[in-house]
Amino acid sequence: MNMGLQAYLTLAAVVFGIGLFGVVTRRNTIGILLGIELMMNAVNINLVAFARFSGNEIGMIFTVFTICITVAEAAMGLAIVILLFRIRRTVTADHLDLLKG
Amino acid sequence: MAETIAFWSLAVVLVGSALAVVLSKNLFHSVLWLALALTGTAGVFLLLEAEFLAAVQLLLYAGGIITIVVFAIVVTERLVGERITQTNRRITAGAVIAIALIALIANAISQQPLATTTQSFTTDLTRTLGEAVLTRFVLPFELLGVLMLAAMLGAVYFARPED
Repeated sequence: MNMGLQAYLTLAAVVFGIGLFGVVTRRNTIGILLGIELMMNAVNINLVAFARFSGNEIGMIFTVFTICITVAEAAMGLAIVILLFRIRRTVTADHLDLLKG
Repeated sequence: MAETIAFWSLAVVLVGSALAVVLSKNLFHSVLWLALALTGTAGVFLLLEAEFLAAVQLLLYAGGIITIVVFAIVVTERLVGERITQTNRRITAGAVIAIALIALIANAISQQPLATTTQSFTTDLTRTLGEAVLTRFVLPFELLGVLMLAAMLGAVYFARPED
């Protein structure tokens, strides 16, 4: 018995929700970035599942691009976190409130 | 039958390690659980018959991103660590939003007549991907190269040693 498309999409939705919870809840900026990584992974699972179940391989090609873009974004985000730590000596997202009104 | 067992075990691993990532108090432990989650995602890619993507996932995600996140944690670790709680006060609101989103998406998924059988490709994925990236998607491919160069330069510039 094969697992249908619905099972993979539900799995991706659950992982996306867990990543969203991590982004909203975490105080450490690197913890927020880990939540973002979980959300990107869920999106990739979605793309590959749709590509496999419709016979169209473009979804998998798109997944390669999104993986590479996520790697670039993670590197940039972590460089910004390192720079923020140098200047403000904190990585807690609550303390980074210079732009707060 | 084997696919069902594999899917459910991978789902348990993936969801469990994702929960451990967002609920763990220690940031190092969160990163290790994220490595397990990324490996679980590679397993899901294998289950979906995308072997090249599973390899790319293991190399770039579970290898690359975990490495740079660990380095960033090491660099930003305060020597006199403040023992603050890792989660802020909005836990209940976050949980409500996340569960509501999952329920919304699951409801939308269950109401659609979705495919139940997988379709196989005509050629294998690596060949198709290699040809497509160099013929049909050559423009995004080149732009991706430019993007990665810009990201690398930006990261090196941001994290340069202070003068």
